[in-house]
Amino acid sequence: MEIREAVVIALAMIRANKLRAFFTVLGTVVGVTFLIAVITVLKGMDAYMKEDFAGKMFGYNTVTVRRTPQEEGFNDDARRRAWRRRPRLQVADAEWIGERLHTPGTLAYNSSGVAPVGNAAGKSVKNAWIVGSSASFFRIRDYELAEGRPFSEQEAERGVPVVVLGHDVVQRLFPGVRSLGKSVRIGGYPYRVIGVLEKQGTVFGQSVDNFVVAPFRSPINGSMYRYNVAEEISFKVPNQNLVPVAMSEMEGLMRIRHRLRPGVESDFAVETSESVLGFWNKISKFLIIALPFLVGVSLIVGAVVIMNIMLVSVSERTREIGVRKSLGARRRDILVQFMIESATLSGAGGLIGIGLGLLLAALVTAVSPLPARVSPESIVLGLGLGIGVGLAAGVYPAWRAARLDPIVALRSE
Amino acid sequence: MSTAAQAPVIQVRGLEKHYDVGAETVRALRGVDLVIGRNEYVAIMGPSGSGKSTFMNLIGCLDTPTAGEYVLNGHSVAALDDDHLARVRNREIGFVFQTFNLLPRSTALENVELPLVYGGLGKKERRQRATEALKAVDLGDRLDHRPNQLSGGQRQRVAIARALVTHPSIILADEPTGNLDSKTSEEIMGLFARLHDEGQTIIMVTHEPDIAAHAERVVMLRDGVIESDRRQVPVPAGTEWGGARAGGAPALSEV
Repeated sequence: MEIREAVVIALAMIRANKLRAFFTVLGTVVGVTFLIAVITVLKGMDAYMKEDFAGKMFGYNTVTVRRTPQEEGFNDDARRRAWRRRPRLQVADAEWIGERLHTPGTLAYNSSGVAPVGNAAGKSVKNAWIVGSSASFFRIRDYELAEGRPFSEQEAERGVPVVVLGHDVVQRLFPGVRSLGKSVRIGGYPYRVIGVLEKQGTVFGQSVDNFVVAPFRSPINGSMYRYNVAEEISFKVPNQNLVPVAMSEMEGLMRIRHRLRPGVESDFAVETSESVLGFWNKISKFLIIALPFLVGVSLIVGAVVIMNIMLVSVSERTREIGVRKSLGARRRDILVQFMIESATLSGAGGLIGIGLGLLLAALVTAVSPLPARVSPESIVLGLGLGIGVGLAAGVYPAWRAARLDPIVALRSE
Repeated sequence: MSTAAQAPVIQVRGLEKHYDVGAETVRALRGVDLVIGRNEYVAIMGPSGSGKSTFMNLIGCLDTPTAGEYVLNGHSVAALDDDHLARVRNREIGFVFQTFNLLPRSTALENVELPLVYGGLGKKERRQRATEALKAVDLGDRLDHRPNQLSGGQRQRVAIARALVTHPSIILADEPTGNLDSKTSEEIMGLFARLHDEGQTIIMVTHEPDIAAHAERVVMLRDGVIESDRRQVPVPAGTEWGGARAGGAPALSEV
């Protein structure tokens, strides 16, 4: 019995009983749909987190020192309380480190707060993100300016009240109006606009353009954030290979600065954009591990349904089996025929599942900020699972069919 | 028709078949001896319960005997396992059933091809041989018809084509006219007579004397043993089948 022959027979059976065939493989369809949709979205998320999110939020090849880790993870209260007792990082720390770093790169520090930003025309932005930073901050984050210029080292040094506005802030305060040289009020202090940033886009659907950057030592120092306290000290190196070197040098210098003896745990956190992704990696790994169980349940249910329908099919076609046996079909021929029918049925369900899964992923992408990325492996996996479920579910019915006594089978009605 | 002294097609000696029904053992066959030569046309008759169905199942290699010997075409087949029996059925036996037993979703051609599929033939050769077999039963113009598009007589002729397509040693027909009206029955009998003339060995199980009258030898079974075994002058089939074919005219009264 040729396999192609059996597949053709199976497809004819499916065509003859479309609705029944569909309900038979519903379990497979649901399982594979879910598998494809979740893998597609997860892969998309993964690519997004690594390629877009990390770069936008933390900068590439950048080592950042903070009082506590950005990613708090699943830590308990005791740990969080311990973190709260840690000393805050000072601008002086950043300057001290900057004088001693050997690795080539750019050092910056910044802090931030949330405040309204308004202009003379009476327009204002509530809850803008106010960042006070060193002049080098622009280079760390790779910020491009749409117009104007960033503030200079001298302006930063003297705390001149100048500000670079984020895209959203400009849109709200100066719609269609030239903003350079205008005055805005940040937390009550007057600042002069010297530059406008390029649009940064969104992260998880949230705009990241609702912010302004001003010199750290300008009047916001002490009101938007604690006086001379740096929330982040960032160090950007020219290439990825230098990141581990920079990390250990930063950590070493900070430990000296905090006079920590060897063996004592560091009272600060050193992170890279990669390590910030650790939390995401944990989530995605958990989902990837949990996924087979979720998919497995629907596939097992699907297999049971297919097995039952195949058993019905075998008993409906007992006479046909008898005829085939009388014409010389061996047990193996009958076994293979029914196994292939079952696999074809379920494989077709897998294909439908792949289609629906991709559709679902596209839908998720359309209505939510979650990105989707189709992975070819998941499609192969989906089809393979469909066929596999069919084979597994077909074994018992096919075996029943194969061992039918031809005389009894021929006599059945 | 005078065949040279060849080994008989079927040699059966001391054939017994017992069935366990609950605590009792039913002896369906109690020692049957029979020799059927090449190109014989044998009718096996007997009342129900005589063991003729059991005998047919054994002859057809659908079952194995409890005791006794069965040599088919020179090979002992009494003790073969399932898969070897399947092989023998495929090569040596062409079944014709009372209810035709065609696959309803397949065309006439596909039905006739089926034994060749199990025989492992390639697609092209299968198609060619099945077409020939259907032409031989005058259904060359019905290749792509499904059973429900054919009359009873046509269906039985498809079944006969399916039996012939492997060039089997014997055609084993079980009440081949049981589901046909008398006119169609005669037509089928005419076809059998022609096949017999062409050298085919035919064994036909029937309980109808009219039908058995077409055979040249009638074996009577009763209570699991052969009651009588006589040769007779076959009655020619009642239609113009044989004559028309002999005259080369393809005329066939439609059913």
